[in-house]
Amino acid sequence: MAEERRFRSASGAPIALRRRQHSASCRELAVRGPRLQLRSLSAATSAVWLAAYGLFALSENSMVLSAAIFITLIGLIVYLHFVKIDQESLLVIGSLGIQVTSSYASGKESTTFIEMGQVKDVVINEAIHMQKVIYYLCILLQDPEDPQGVSEVVPLFQSSKPRLDCLIEVYKSCQEILEQRKTAPQSS
Amino acid sequence: MVLKVFFPSCCSSADSGILIGRWISEQNSAVILAVVHFPFIPVQVKQYLGEVQRVTKVSVSVLGSWSNSKQEKEESLSEFLEDLGTIFCHEPWIQISKEGDSKFWSCSTLQKHSKNPQEEEIILVYYDQRKVMLSHLHPPSDTAGQRAEDASKLSAIFDTVARSQVLFMTDRYDEGPIKLTHWQSDGVEASIIVELMKQASVPACMLLTFLLSLLSGICRSRVLKFWPLSFLWSKLSTCEQLGHRLQHLQVISSNKKAQNQNQLMRKANIFVSLLIDVALGILLMSWLYRKNLIGHLADTLIPVADHVAEELQDLLQWLMGAPAGLKMNRALDQVLGRFFLYHIHLWISYIHLLSPFIEMILWYVGLSACLGLTVALCILSDIIALLTFHIYCFYVYGARLYCLKIYGLSSLWRLFRGKKWNVLRQRVDSCSYDLDQLFIGTLLFTILLFLLPTTALYYLVFTLLRLLVVIVQGLIHLLVDLIDSLPLYSLILRLCRSYRLAAGVKFRVLEQQDGKPLRLLMQINPLSYGAVVQTYRLPTYSCYPKDSWASLCKKLFLGELIYPWKHKGEKQN
Repeated sequence: MAEERRFRSASGAPIALRRRQHSASCRELAVRGPRLQLRSLSAATSAVWLAAYGLFALSENSMVLSAAIFITLIGLIVYLHFVKIDQESLLVIGSLGIQVTSSYASGKESTTFIEMGQVKDVVINEAIHMQKVIYYLCILLQDPEDPQGVSEVVPLFQSSKPRLDCLIEVYKSCQEILEQRKTAPQSS
Repeated sequence: MVLKVFFPSCCSSADSGILIGRWISEQNSAVILAVVHFPFIPVQVKQYLGEVQRVTKVSVSVLGSWSNSKQEKEESLSEFLEDLGTIFCHEPWIQISKEGDSKFWSCSTLQKHSKNPQEEEIILVYYDQRKVMLSHLHPPSDTAGQRAEDASKLSAIFDTVARSQVLFMTDRYDEGPIKLTHWQSDGVEASIIVELMKQASVPACMLLTFLLSLLSGICRSRVLKFWPLSFLWSKLSTCEQLGHRLQHLQVISSNKKAQNQNQLMRKANIFVSLLIDVALGILLMSWLYRKNLIGHLADTLIPVADHVAEELQDLLQWLMGAPAGLKMNRALDQVLGRFFLYHIHLWISYIHLLSPFIEMILWYVGLSACLGLTVALCILSDIIALLTFHIYCFYVYGARLYCLKIYGLSSLWRLFRGKKWNVLRQRVDSCSYDLDQLFIGTLLFTILLFLLPTTALYYLVFTLLRLLVVIVQGLIHLLVDLIDSLPLYSLILRLCRSYRLAAGVKFRVLEQQDGKPLRLLMQINPLSYGAVVQTYRLPTYSCYPKDSWASLCKKLFLGELIYPWKHKGEKQN
């Protein structure tokens, strides 16, 4: 079953959280950010081309115009493929692990899978980001030598930066599944 | 606890039979490797599994039953399959059944000796057997020396499939008591080209080893070890590069099979790197010789050297006058200027002496570009070094003079203040000087101090020129380094067969149906390009900056000679 709710990100942009429960121990939580707006795209392109025309008028060299077109195309491709993240999702499979996926605007998906044995806990942390204090959700990884220690902190939803209300929903969903591994009999 | 069943996607359409694989009890997961079809004799199956276990050291056993009924469920078949559970007693006995063409299978377990008889959840994970078998998992953390129990759960699965290769050797066309279905059951594939190359590589390697041993014998002979020659060999970067490539050839042509993945990749990387290097070198050579560029190069070399010498002479004349408005000490200026001018004159005479032979020398030297692009670049760097040898000499003269002056000044400054450097204690101590010592010392100090700007200016100018040459040589060596150390085979593998280099796995949730087990698809997450380059970089004899910026500046200020690039002496394994 799937349900979708709207929230706001830390900078005020509208985001949507979609929750799907695939089975008793498997849940998928996806945060979708705002899509690329035609307005900002046209504004950026017009600015670059106006500057190119200005340079062309000054220097009378037509290479400036072709260079501007080239730069716009390459810049757009690089932006869509490496920078603009459309959706970040978290797939929690009890007893297997947690999978974090970021999907870019060009369709590229970058995935990381963390095994359940390495996951110590999922917590909400505070951080000072520029002039704000924001909340973020992170996975604490177990230190193999020290059972009480934390070896690494993996922050989640870094580009959509949801606010605390959205994070609490995600946190509750994750904890329900993580608790199941404590109630299950310990494996050797 | 949740039971995880890893099912190979190639067995989805197999006929009914029993499942064999490995049961990993710590993770409560079953890795299914193949399906054994009816009819079979249980004793023979157990014998076969025992043999497989002995060869592969993987504890393969019968895990459960698989029924693929094209029509409705047959009651008798399901009872028969349950009875099989008593023959091959395995705890828990997994029963998977598929009806018709339905995507959703029903999966159940039979536990006879269970302590807590509850319904446990089952997760069905499909995996591509061939890709998982061929792939090599790269652990993300740096703790490579972990204990075996801490090894990741996934690596156990990859390991199981990779080591069970002997199980996949029989296909359904073989006559035998056991009929299996796995990824190769439709026929074992092989490539003729690969087989031919494997056959041809053995004599080729032996020939190459023989030639290389001859070559290294010649190189190590006593004739080449006499002092002027050995000094020359150590200074020329071409010889180092050739030695490096020789070592690479030795690695490739050795008869020992590669022990593990890393060694195999290293051999393959060296081979591809050598091949591309030689190909680019031959391309360069054909381009140079076709358009007779060597002739043009030789024709322009002498005028260029003349031009450089003229520029240097102009520079010295400028220094001997009033450079940048500074007032130099006339006498010292003239002495230093004339000294350096005479050197330039000598250098030009030598170049002109050599000029009729330049074209021939260049022609023969250019032939060695067929040994590789890296060798050609090293030769270029050496030619630059030889042509700017006079700049190097001037730099050394200027630096020594300046260094002497600075040391003299610092020691006399101490005398001026009544102190002395204690060599025994390595510190500055106070000392009482006689009056005439003080008098002469102060006089000398004043002389040296007022001559300092002149010497400092010459030193500055020649150091800048030397640094320019060093930077150009450094850039060429950086390029050579890049070509040497880039793991091209690994990058091409990552591009074309990305499942071979795995950073991890990723799961995709397939369509679900209520009441049926959770279905996931396990795919291989390939390594990123940056991680590929970092893991499989070839070690080089490369040049690293020896000093940090601070110590470099200190050396420049004190006038010590700088050799900014450090070469690793012997190759470290």
